Amino acid sequence: MNQVYPFLAAGLLLNIVVGLVRILRGPTAADRMLAAEMFATSAIVIVLLLAFVTGSFALVDVALIFSLLAALACVTFVSRAWVALEQASDDAASGPPPGDRGDTQ
Amino acid sequence: MGLVGQVFDALLAIALVWLAWQATRAADLFRAVVSFIVFGLLMAVAWVRLEAPDIALAEAAIGAGATGALLLSALDRLAPRRGRSWARVWRADARTWVLWVPAVMALAGALTAAAWQLPAPGLGAVATGALEQSGVDHAVTAVLLNFRALDTLLEIGVLVLAAVAVWSMGPAPAASAPVMPSPTLPMLGRTLFPVFVLVAAYLLWRGSHAPGGAFPAGAVLGAGGILMLLAGAQPWIRSAEHGPWRAILSAGFAVMLFAAIVGALAGGAFFEYPAAIASHAILVLEVTAGMSIALLLFAVYLRGEPHPAADTDRQRC
Amino acid sequence: MSWTELVGGLLVIAGMPFFILGTLGLLRFPDVYTRLHALSKADNVGLGLVCVGLGIQSGSPAMMLKLLLIWVLMLVASATGAGLIARTALARGIRPWSP
Repeated sequence: MNQVYPFLAAGLLLNIVVGLVRILRGPTAADRMLAAEMFATSAIVIVLLLAFVTGSFALVDVALIFSLLAALACVTFVSRAWVALEQASDDAASGPPPGDRGDTQ
Repeated sequence: MGLVGQVFDALLAIALVWLAWQATRAADLFRAVVSFIVFGLLMAVAWVRLEAPDIALAEAAIGAGATGALLLSALDRLAPRRGRSWARVWRADARTWVLWVPAVMALAGALTAAAWQLPAPGLGAVATGALEQSGVDHAVTAVLLNFRALDTLLEIGVLVLAAVAVWSMGPAPAASAPVMPSPTLPMLGRTLFPVFVLVAAYLLWRGSHAPGGAFPAGAVLGAGGILMLLAGAQPWIRSAEHGPWRAILSAGFAVMLFAAIVGALAGGAFFEYPAAIASHAILVLEVTAGMSIALLLFAVYLRGEPHPAADTDRQRC
Repeated sequence: MSWTELVGGLLVIAGMPFFILGTLGLLRFPDVYTRLHALSKADNVGLGLVCVGLGIQSGSPAMMLKLLLIWVLMLVASATGAGLIARTALARGIRPWSP
């Protein structure tokens, strides 16, 4: 079965490359962030497959670190970055009425 | 892996170059940061492909995890300078064109010349040959904490300087809670922190005989502290002079320097441990370096000098 | 080929469509709330199948536990992450998509 895994890993990488379009297009900051979160899952599977193909099981630790730190970026984004981005865009666009804060799609 | 491997590598290379371009050149700062996070992720995969698990571990912990979160949190202080349009970046570059092109070319030339003069088969055979006297079983750890411990000392020195630079930018901005408070955030911190400590200890222990060691362990532990900070915990050292902070943050650098000087005074070279106690010395240095990296990352992440003795009545974890 | 290798490999292959569906959702769904489904559901089913498959294939309890830990950590991360993003997006006034 291990002979199939390189194909699966390449397919998952292609999956990530196609998904990069979402980072390019947005439109909101949240869309970009959750795309990055999704790539973490795919990267974990790629690393696990490569670990089993090459037989060097130390690589499983790399996947473990990925999964452990996946929450960190998301929590930082929600509690710090997004607040800053919103404040900046509010300051920049001080013209429109306060009710019109909806994110333009 | 044959042809599939080559297709995989080509895809990886294209994605990495594109993401590097985005991370440095995207007009929107947030898009640049997200590109950088994904870049770190794929860079770790590239190190996996190159069969360098030690660097993959460090890249996963520091590049994809800690630095990404650090940049996301730094947006807070960069945000007022938004609106970096393409045209403005281009014009600013054109003005300094005459300066940086020759400088970059001279640097590239010097690096190429230096790389050209490296010993041809590398020092791999020498390092593995001397592994028995180093005190550990894993070549990378032996290089990092014995043969080239000076490099590790200087890297920790760089982190100390980074912490000093960040703290000198003024007091940390007030902690901004999420817009809609959610019970999941404190829960996440409480649940995951023990796992962070466990994984950090595991990586540190692995370092003596397999890929692992102080750098990934320190980054994972530091990330755990950062998560607790985001989940609402307060740094527990609060005093007007930051006295304890100073001692703790410089401890790693001081202990390593002490070991190096003691080795030199005892009749050996700088960072030469007597073979009899080498494994103990490396264990002490590895634990110190790991803790020091964790605390320094945490200190950098505070985004500025912590407020002295304010609101101590908040939740302490 | 032993049966553990066969079963493990089949489980790993069974996980792949979920990743493709997750990316499809990421690209085609109309707003951030619907895309969160792709993030938090499809990919983690795929990851779970891959972890179980590789665990069966490895045959070592330590490896199985490590793979299980990876899956559980990702489940926790994406569940809380999706919840936090959705709450914040709602508070920021991003209106859910309606046809």
